[in-house]
Amino acid sequence: MDDFLPFTPVVMTITALTNYLRKMLESDEILQDVWVKGEISNFSPSRSGHIYFTLKDNESQLRAVMWKQSALRLRFDPQDGQAVEAHGYISFYASNGQLQLYVDSMRPAGEGTLFQEFSRLKARLEGEGLFDQARKRELPSFPRHIGVVTSPSGAALQDILNTLGRRLPLLRVSLAPTAVQGAEAPAGIVKALNQLNQIADLDLIIVARGGGSIEDLWAFNDENVARTIAASRLPVIAGVGHETDFTIADFVADLRAPTPTAAAELATPITRLDLLANLQATTQNLDLVLSEKVRSLSADLQIASLELKRNSPMQRVYNNIQRHDDLRERLDRAVQAQLKAKELAVAALGARLAALNPTAVLSRGFAIVSSASTGKIISKTTQTLAGQSILIRFQDGTSSAIVQDPSGGTHANQ
Amino acid sequence: MPTNDTQNFEKSFSQLQQLIQKLENSELPLDEALQLYEEGKRLSALCSSILENAQLRLTQLSEASTTQEGADEDDELDF
Repeated sequence: MDDFLPFTPVVMTITALTNYLRKMLESDEILQDVWVKGEISNFSPSRSGHIYFTLKDNESQLRAVMWKQSALRLRFDPQDGQAVEAHGYISFYASNGQLQLYVDSMRPAGEGTLFQEFSRLKARLEGEGLFDQARKRELPSFPRHIGVVTSPSGAALQDILNTLGRRLPLLRVSLAPTAVQGAEAPAGIVKALNQLNQIADLDLIIVARGGGSIEDLWAFNDENVARTIAASRLPVIAGVGHETDFTIADFVADLRAPTPTAAAELATPITRLDLLANLQATTQNLDLVLSEKVRSLSADLQIASLELKRNSPMQRVYNNIQRHDDLRERLDRAVQAQLKAKELAVAALGARLAALNPTAVLSRGFAIVSSASTGKIISKTTQTLAGQSILIRFQDGTSSAIVQDPSGGTHANQ
Repeated sequence: MPTNDTQNFEKSFSQLQQLIQKLENSELPLDEALQLYEEGKRLSALCSSILENAQLRLTQLSEASTTQEGADEDDELDF
């Protein structure tokens, strides 16, 4: 009757059925890419690094597993009772016959909304030009007085003070204490910034907070905080959270430091060691200048003693001796020159004399007449007397003659 | 209140630099040069000791909402 079946039914094994179920689930597009929100319970991290937990709401629950590879990327520590949003795919775990959510990423519930809020504000402020590089102010390289906006009890303050104290202990630091998380934090940070901006000799401001969840850092995504930083009279360094955290305060600040410690380092580019090195170099320069001075003075001394030697009386004596020698030599030279000149003059006269030799004239037919008695040369008729004995000198010898008529003819020659 | 370390350091250091410049550029008698040198050595030692002994000076402003005490005992609260 009822339990008699006319056809033999197909009987499946469990394995075949679970395989079939898995295939069904894994071919469903919605189930392969799904966000699920719920509360964590039975949270149990395993030693292998994978984490197992249950997601539940008031009426239902779902087993979930997150492999180590994905778990390492979690930006918060999941806890029982925490509301989360998990992303992953649904499959069937054959060993215990359960549907499971295989989670590849997970965030605290509400973070999605926060992120959208963050993106909207960021886009708006960016559109207003608040993040422009041109707005960034230059930081002083040697600050004297630094303002710090952070919690007075946080680790960030200790990190900053330790770093500043180690690098540049000459500094004065003014702390404007404020809550850095919670509902009152944004107003507190704004007030602290304004307080510090009123200090006349302050050089720059560090706004800092240690690492935390995205909610913990949320005050630094506040619009008023961002606008106060943008309007700050003094340059602002933001050192909020860890290296991977970016807040609106980071974008609007003049300089973004990855951590509070890094903010303190960036605030003090010149350290005590730099100053010591500079002091040492300057002091060496002082020594150098003085020894240069001494060297130059001793050079002066050397010059002066040479001068003294040159001006000594002995030198004058030597000089006079030398001058005397010079004069004597000049005298000798002058006398020699005179002699030479006279010799030349004599030779010249001799030449002239030779030209005047009367015998040269005799060869051309002239004769010289002289008185035989006195030997005087007779050149005129009036010097002769009749009967006077005269001598006539020819080219080759002398003839004697007697004057017949002193004015007897116009020609006296014979 | 004593003047602060930065001011002292900067003042002494700038005096040291001026002194060296004077020593470099003027025809000073030897005894004056030696006096300047001694003064320079003193300033250099002073600067060095300021750098060695400097301590960060922390001032805490009053907090906006809830007042919390700072961690360091030697905080100066002179604002």
